[in-house]
Amino acid sequence: MKHITIIDYGSGNVLSAQKSFIKVLNENNIEAKVLISKKLNDIKNSTHIVLPGQGAFATCMNGIKNTPGLIEELYDFAIIKKKPFLGICVGMQMLATDSEENGIHEGLNWIEGHIKALPSNNLKLPHMGWNNVKPTKKNNLIENSEDFYFVHSYYFKCKNEQNILAETQYGINFSSIVVKENIYGVQFHPEKSSSQGLRLIKNFVSK
Amino acid sequence: MVKVRIIPCLDVKNGRVVKGINFVDLIDAGDPVEQAKHYSENGADEICFLDISASIENRDTIINVVKKTANEVFIPLTVGGGISSINNIHSLLKAGADKVSINSAAIKNPNIIKESSEYFGNQCIVVAVDAKKVKNDWYVFSHGGTKNTGLFALDWIEKVQKLGAGEILLTSMDKDGTKSGFDTNLLRKVSEFLNIPLIASGGVGTLEHFYEGVKIGKANALLAASVFHFNEISIKEVKEYLFKKNIEIRL
Repeated sequence: MKHITIIDYGSGNVLSAQKSFIKVLNENNIEAKVLISKKLNDIKNSTHIVLPGQGAFATCMNGIKNTPGLIEELYDFAIIKKKPFLGICVGMQMLATDSEENGIHEGLNWIEGHIKALPSNNLKLPHMGWNNVKPTKKNNLIENSEDFYFVHSYYFKCKNEQNILAETQYGINFSSIVVKENIYGVQFHPEKSSSQGLRLIKNFVSK
Repeated sequence: MVKVRIIPCLDVKNGRVVKGINFVDLIDAGDPVEQAKHYSENGADEICFLDISASIENRDTIINVVKKTANEVFIPLTVGGGISSINNIHSLLKAGADKVSINSAAIKNPNIIKESSEYFGNQCIVVAVDAKKVKNDWYVFSHGGTKNTGLFALDWIEKVQKLGAGEILLTSMDKDGTKSGFDTNLLRKVSEFLNIPLIASGGVGTLEHFYEGVKIGKANALLAASVFHFNEISIKEVKEYLFKKNIEIRL
């Protein structure tokens, strides 16, 4: 029995993330519970954690900082116990060292790197819509190049190349999936990326 | 590169799908959840619900439709129509909408754009603009395209972008329901100065029209209703056509 917890700290549309996980579990006959929660006990009992995120970086960081013990519990889950952890969109960006969105703000620093503004070079911002995600190495999260749904204006600039799992082109080539052992971060929204998104979720849940 | 998005728009009244010809005659065309699911499985890049019931007592029906849709549909969902407050926006996003589209409320109180984009993030605030040409200028119309607000469309769009809109959904009231093609002059004028994505709406009737919206109008997304609802053109046909014409598209 898997226990998947989607961390609820007041950020955006977490319901869609929950529904997409439920859909994947039902379709594949995987026995699991999918909770939306920020209770420390739920995190302790989880096999998988999903950290979503929408809106401004600082608002999201404050959202998790404002729940006493939450960061410590997530740290214990992902860094000490090395259980499967997935950050989505700003949830991915929060894994970085810091972000330059509206001033410099510290992140969790679980994967070294900086969150920087996408250069506009005559391109529309936010980078919104479906774009190609190209794996840079063999992995068991996505097998082939596929299109996923993006909405963001900032990107993850990894310090270490080994943390880059996939790249996407929008004006520049940026890291659209980052990884460090059991910790994954995706800049796009798998829960909004149709069948290929559900497949990625299945691959994550299978870990 | 990011792909051009094809967005079917479902006009929803009291929980049922309808489509207005020039916003007047309504023909019932089914259950919104089933339709959204169908479109999602057949290549739609996003879904748009436009709630035209708009009377307060019927606001809950759209919330339920959105909730049911979120169970079944895993592509972005935009909901518009009758949104008048931050509370409305909050309940729609909580029900599972990814974006909301604001029209009249923004005209009445432009500050709602600033407040909502600061609160929820600009990625989920779409400002819908209904534009109509009067003599040589495009004006913003309200009340389903019946009332001239006196605002110049281009000025208004520039203003809402500054206030924090994340996208513009631009409908040509001259073209809507005519199937004579998008107003590519208007689209082109707007896309020349716009820094945020532009969704073209109103008038599409043939495959060539979709191409013109991107190629001439420079739109980032194309929205259509009746051609899809009445199965005159399928989303798959549009995408294959655009792909052959070297437009970046998700197949």
